[in-house]
Amino acid sequence: MADSPPPVLALREVSKSFGAVRALREVSLSLIAGEALALAGENGAGKSTLVKILSGVHRPDAGRLLLDGEPVEFHGPADAQAAGVAVIYQEPTLFPDLTVAENIFMGRQPRGRLGRIDRRAMRAQAAALFTRLGVPLDPEQPARGLSIADQQLVEIAKALSRDARVLIMDEPTAALSGNEVTRLFGVARSLREQGCAVLFISHRLDEIFDLCQRVTTLRDGGHVADDRIADIIPDDLVRRMVGRELGALFPKQDAVPGEVALQVRRLTREGVFTDVSFEVRRGEIVALAGLVGAGRSEVARAVFGVDRWDAGSVQVGGRALRPGSPAASMALGLALVPEDRRQQGLVMELSIERNIALAGLAEVRHGPLISRAAERVRAADWAQRLQLRHRSLADAVDVLSGGNQQKVVLAKWLARQPSVLIVDEPTRGIDVATKAEVHRLLSELAVGGIAVLMISSELPEVLGMADRVLVMREGRLVAEIPRGTATEETVMAAATGIGGGGA
Amino acid sequence: MTITAKRPGATLRDSGRGLVERVARVRELGIVVALAVLFGVTGAVNPEFLGLDSLRDILLNSAIIAMLAVGQTLVVITRNVDLSVSSVVGLSAFGGALVLADNPGLPIVVVIAGCVLLGAACGAINGLLVGAAKVPALVATLGTLYAFRGIDYAWAGGRQVNAADMPDSFLSLGSRPVLGVPLLALAAIAVLLAVGWMLRNLRSGRELYAIGSNPAAAVLAGIPVRKRVITAFVASGALAGLAGAMWAARFGTVDAAAATGKELDVIAAVVVGGVAIFGGSGTVYGAALGALLLTGISSALAVLRVDALAQTAINGALIIAAIVLDRLLALRVAAALRRRRYRDAR
Repeated sequence: MADSPPPVLALREVSKSFGAVRALREVSLSLIAGEALALAGENGAGKSTLVKILSGVHRPDAGRLLLDGEPVEFHGPADAQAAGVAVIYQEPTLFPDLTVAENIFMGRQPRGRLGRIDRRAMRAQAAALFTRLGVPLDPEQPARGLSIADQQLVEIAKALSRDARVLIMDEPTAALSGNEVTRLFGVARSLREQGCAVLFISHRLDEIFDLCQRVTTLRDGGHVADDRIADIIPDDLVRRMVGRELGALFPKQDAVPGEVALQVRRLTREGVFTDVSFEVRRGEIVALAGLVGAGRSEVARAVFGVDRWDAGSVQVGGRALRPGSPAASMALGLALVPEDRRQQGLVMELSIERNIALAGLAEVRHGPLISRAAERVRAADWAQRLQLRHRSLADAVDVLSGGNQQKVVLAKWLARQPSVLIVDEPTRGIDVATKAEVHRLLSELAVGGIAVLMISSELPEVLGMADRVLVMREGRLVAEIPRGTATEETVMAAATGIGGGGA
Repeated sequence: MTITAKRPGATLRDSGRGLVERVARVRELGIVVALAVLFGVTGAVNPEFLGLDSLRDILLNSAIIAMLAVGQTLVVITRNVDLSVSSVVGLSAFGGALVLADNPGLPIVVVIAGCVLLGAACGAINGLLVGAAKVPALVATLGTLYAFRGIDYAWAGGRQVNAADMPDSFLSLGSRPVLGVPLLALAAIAVLLAVGWMLRNLRSGRELYAIGSNPAAAVLAGIPVRKRVITAFVASGALAGLAGAMWAARFGTVDAAAATGKELDVIAAVVVGGVAIFGGSGTVYGAALGALLLTGISSALAVLRVDALAQTAINGALIIAAIVLDRLLALRVAAALRRRRYRDAR
C-alpha cells in the first residue's frame, strides 16, 4: 500500500478497549488524498470508535496514527482539527443558544481589530457556504428549533468551512432527504477531486457504492477486508459485514385484518398537521410515509398524548382517548416507539432491565416497592424473545449498539402487551442484520393480532412491510395506497405532490 | 434511498434574522420597564426618592452587587456557579483593610491590586476544582464558601478594622463622586462595559457561551473547555477581590463576617437579569440591571416604609417572576420557530 505519496492519515494496528469491551483490535486503515474510503460494518463493529480515534476524541491503547507517513498523536479534537481533519458526526453537535453562523465558525470566527469578531464577514461566509450547498438556511437564526435535517446541514457547512484535508462523515445521511443527500455527495466529490481524503460511513449500501472507491470492513472490532468498490457487489459487502448469509430483509407474512384497533378522526394540531383521519386494524401494518417534516411524527406524538391536539378525536378499541395524556393512552393499550431512541426512548444511564421495566412499573411492584427480581425476570424474558445481544442485563443501555438499544425500547413496550404499536423510524441507524430482525418481529406482532402503525422514511421498508401506505404532505394526509399498488413512484408522487398525487 | 424532498427555492429565510438578539433585548427591556415602574411609583409616593442623593445612594449600593453579578455571569454562562464570592469579598475586604491599617504608607493602588490577586487566587482554586478535578461547581464552591470564610475568621481572630485605622484617601474612594457619579459605580460600569464587550466580541467570550450551551459539543469543536472554565472562575474571583476592596472603602469598619450571605443576592441578580442558570445565554448587562433592580427595590421599600422582613419575600417573588418570564419567552420562541418551519415546508 505504501506507494508514494503516503496516505494523508492512516491507522496502523490500532487497538482500543473500554473496560472489558474490546472496541477495536489491531485495525489498520489508510486515507488517501483524492479518494473516498467507505467504512462498513454492523452496529457495534467499532466504526464510531475508529472515527473518534481519527478525530482525537479517544487515544488508541496500542498502535500508531500516521499523518503524511509520520507518527502523530492527537491529544484532543483541537489537534486533529489543526491537522486538517473535519468530522460530521452521526448526531448533530450544535450549540442551541447560538446562531447558525456562530455554530459554523466557533473558535475560528473571522476577526477584525483588537481581536473583535467580524460578524458581518462571518454572516457573509456562512451565507456563501449555504449558497454553495444550495440550502436556504438563515445564518442568523438560532440553532435551537432547527429540524434534524437542517442541523445536519449546518454540520456539513461547518466541515466544509474548514478546508479539510480529511473529511470524515459518520452516517451523515440518516436524517437527510434525497435532494440533500445528492447535494452532500456533490460537495464530497468536489472536495475529493480537490485532493481531500474522504472517510464515509453509512448503512445505505447504495450510497457507499455511489460515492466511494474503496471499502474497509470491520466486524466485532476486527479488520475483515479491504476491497476496491469496482471489484465487489453489495451482496459481497453484506456477507463481509455480517459473516453469514442473510435471510430476507423484508419477511412480511400475510395477515388477515381484524377489527379496528385505532381510529383517528379529523385530528388537527394548529400549525403542525390538519384534518388527519385514518384507521388501523388488528393484524395490519400501516405505514405512514412522507417527506421529513410532513408531520408524521407529530401525528404519532399527538395520538399517543405527548402533544395535545386542537380538534378531532382518537379511539383505541372503540374507546375515546383523552387528549394530552400518555398514561391514558397506555392504559388503553397504545405504545409508541419514538424516533429518537437516545433522547426519548431510553434512559441511557439506567440498566437494560430497568429500562425495560420503566413502562410497566405497576407490574413489577411488590406493595410500594419495585421488585428487582420481577424486573429481572421481565427483562430476561424479553431479551431472549428479541435476541438482545448483551453481556449483562445490569449494564447501562448506552454500552449497547444502536440496534440492540432499539430492541430494548421495543421490549419495554411489548412487555405491556399493547393492542396498538406505533413505531417511528424503527430501523434508523441500525445495521442490516438487526434491521431484518426488527422487520420479522413487526411482522410476527401483526400476525399475532397487534395493530402496527409504522412511520418510515425508507421507501423499501415502507413498500416491503406495509399492508397499506398512508402518505402525508405538508401536514395533511394526501393518499392511501394499498399494498398491491404501492410502488416507489406512487408513494413519491403523493409525498411530493408532483405528477397526479397518488391513488 | 430516501424519499426525495423538494426544498423551497434558495431564497434566504429572513424572518429569523436576529431572533437570538431580539429575545435578549426583550428580556433586558423587561427589567428596564420594571425599574421605570419602581421609580415611578415610589417617586409618586415620595418625591425625595428621585432626588440626587437618593439616586446616588442606590447606585452606590448596587455597585458592589453589580460587580459581583458581572463575574458570576461569566461563570453561570458556562453552566457552572460560584457560591464562594461572598467569602472572597469578605476575605479580601478584611485582608485589604488590615494591611492598610498596619502599613498606612502603602500606596492604595498596591493594596487594591493585592485584593484582586487574592481574589484571583481563590478563583483559581475554584476553577481547578471544577475544571481540572471535575467536582460539580455547586459542591466545589459550596466547600470553598466555607473554607475561605474559615480562613477569614482564623486570620481576623476576632479583630475588627475600624475606619479610623485606615487612611482617608482610601475611605474617600468609597464615597467620592466623579462628575456627580460615585466612583464605585463608575468602576462597576467600567468593568461591566469591558466584560460585556469581551463576551460579545472575542472568540474566548463566545466560547464561554458555547461551553454552557452544549458542553459535549464544545469538546468536539476543539474548544479548550478546561482552560476557559478555569479562566471564568479566576475572573469571577478577581472581581470579587476588587469588590472586597470596594467594600472596605465603602463601609470603613470591617470584620471577618463582612459580606456574609451576599452570594445569594448576586445569584438572584443574575437570574432576574435573564442569565440562564443552565448556561449558554444571558448578558452581563442584564445581570447588572438585575442588581440595580434588586437594590432599587430594597431602597424603595425603605422609603415606602414597608417592613424590612417583607422585602425578602418580594425579592423571592421577583426571582420566580423572572423565571416564569424566561419560560414564557422560550415557549413563544419555540412556537415561532415551529410555525416558521411549517411555513417553510410548504
